[in-house]
Amino acid sequence: MIANYGYSDASGEYLITIDTDRCDGCGLCKEVCPAGVMELGDDESDPLNEVKVAIVLEGQRNRIGHTCKLAGCKPGKERCIEACAQGAIEHSF
Amino acid sequence: MNRNYDNQEFWRWTESRWENPTVSLEDANHITSGIDVGSVSSQAVVVADGQIYCYGNMRTGSNSPDSARNALRHALEGTGLTEDRIEYCIGTGYGRVNVPMADRTITEIACHARGANLIYGNDLRTVLDVGGQDCKAIRCNEKGKVTNFLMNDKCAAGTGRGMEVMADMLSVPITDLGERSFDIEKEPRPVSSTCVVYAKTEATGLLRSGWDVNEVLAGYCSAMAERIFSLIQRIGVEERFAITGGMAKNRGVIDRLVRIMDIEPMTTEWDPQIAGAAGAALFAHTLVEKGKGRDGEGK
Amino acid sequence: MDQRITAGIDCGSKTTKCVIVEGNDPIGIGLTSSGFDIKEAINRSLNDALCASNMDRECIERIGVTGAGAGNTEIVDIEINEIRAMGRGAVHFFPGATTVVDVGAEMARTARLSKNGNVEDFAMNEKCAAGAGAFIEAMSRALGVPLEDMGELANQSNNPIPMNAQCVIFAESEVVGQIHANTPVKDICRAIHDAMASRIASMIRRVGPMGTSDDDIVVMGGVALNTGFIEALKRELMVERLRIPRHPLIVPAVGAALIAREEGSD
Repeated sequence: MIANYGYSDASGEYLITIDTDRCDGCGLCKEVCPAGVMELGDDESDPLNEVKVAIVLEGQRNRIGHTCKLAGCKPGKERCIEACAQGAIEHSF
Repeated sequence: MNRNYDNQEFWRWTESRWENPTVSLEDANHITSGIDVGSVSSQAVVVADGQIYCYGNMRTGSNSPDSARNALRHALEGTGLTEDRIEYCIGTGYGRVNVPMADRTITEIACHARGANLIYGNDLRTVLDVGGQDCKAIRCNEKGKVTNFLMNDKCAAGTGRGMEVMADMLSVPITDLGERSFDIEKEPRPVSSTCVVYAKTEATGLLRSGWDVNEVLAGYCSAMAERIFSLIQRIGVEERFAITGGMAKNRGVIDRLVRIMDIEPMTTEWDPQIAGAAGAALFAHTLVEKGKGRDGEGK
Repeated sequence: MDQRITAGIDCGSKTTKCVIVEGNDPIGIGLTSSGFDIKEAINRSLNDALCASNMDRECIERIGVTGAGAGNTEIVDIEINEIRAMGRGAVHFFPGATTVVDVGAEMARTARLSKNGNVEDFAMNEKCAAGAGAFIEAMSRALGVPLEDMGELANQSNNPIPMNAQCVIFAESEVVGQIHANTPVKDICRAIHDAMASRIASMIRRVGPMGTSDDDIVVMGGVALNTGFIEALKRELMVERLRIPRHPLIVPAVGAALIAREEGSD
């Protein structure tokens, strides 16, 4: 299941996309994220399953355009993407 | 179908409740409920063995635990069913932490897909939910399981709130807005501002330059339809397609959106606003059937 | 020095500004409400500036226009891109400026300048009210605090609280919620300015690296007069000092007048 977290506004499109079919719930993305926006939570395609997958924190979804940049994560060198062995994460910005 | 509309227009949205005459509670194995507390409206749905038994839909108010209690009470009114017979309750929506009778919560995307699948049938593959303060595009499979989603709750443009602000400014009751937007000679161009605040200024300028209120409504609905369309294009549309949420009732935006998409949306006799709560009630039913209800023991 | 007298007119969504420049100095300023008729606003602001400088129309060699006034070519000799006008004006008042920000009623713009004052990169927001003065105006209505008092009130707060909403419409509801929860008004006020500054700072960071000691940041536009916003912006950008022109509204108009003179071929 493809989960798109973020928004699009006048300054552009800011989406962190997680493919939960690939995510194995290892939690490394959460550990390495300098902005603290990643978390482990319910899989929207299977919420009754106790296994957690990577999500973007609800309170952070509308700020990723600011917080990611502020934390120093650069396009093409995002820490979460680099940490994910399954290739489950994508950034649109 | 016997709909019972309480025409109390708290801030102009109509409240409603309904009881299913074809469902009998006597033979029901499991009775569960789902409560969706949105930022603008709240719904409660009671499901008996996977079928909708009754529902209530009302304005959320100040998002205290009362919103959930009132919604459930509204749904049960006149049915003879009492709360204690509900085996399991799931809360969902923006205010799901404020559902005191919920045994657990589930996020709204999952609930919407599941509920829409029940309401529209399992041909449904793409759902657009336009609510009071957000807009969600969801792809799902034949079982109502989410396969892709995208949500906007950052910007009021394209949401029910954005519509209310415009309706307020133009002094048009929100329930009349859609029809009035088609009471025009020719479809005007869409207003160029997506932003509701700027659209208001633009609308003032248009009125001064001779546009009448219905034309301005048409221009605004048109702009909103385009904004929602770009959201949904991001995840792609697979047929069949349906629209849920409060905005589904706004012909002004929805008819224009359908025209842009050139796809025939599914229809339902149910109130599309109940999709989230219905999905929550169905998840509750699944849990209870698997013996994971309140007692936790197998049944 | 070129002593020709030129005028620059900056057509904003709220205010139209005209500045008459002779030599190095603005000698007359006209400010007027833009209203709904751009042409009328242009004429009014020009007449006001002529009055203020005690000049006749004939004394003005060339008139440059920037902002929404494009297309009004009857009295205008040259149309100037607003980013250029902003940069040129900023460098006139602050020759060492490296970054320029203009926050107006309905738009915000920023540019990174090269060593000789040319625009290297820029970013704009003209589409979202939350990133412009309209945000603070709407919040002042929601709070019931006069707009001119907002900044000072914000600076009285030592208690930062986060604001979740990123949209004017949703923020209004959030502010009302905070009022019901009895949050002190000055804290709500500070949160409003912090939120605004965070968005503007984000836009500024888009145009180039920040945080060197060579940074010289000029902030102009109506919102630059808001001390609460300026303090919040300093905190966000982590700088000790921001350059605010003495007359923050007229800088692009001055830039337009200078460019009109410099690119005049008569």
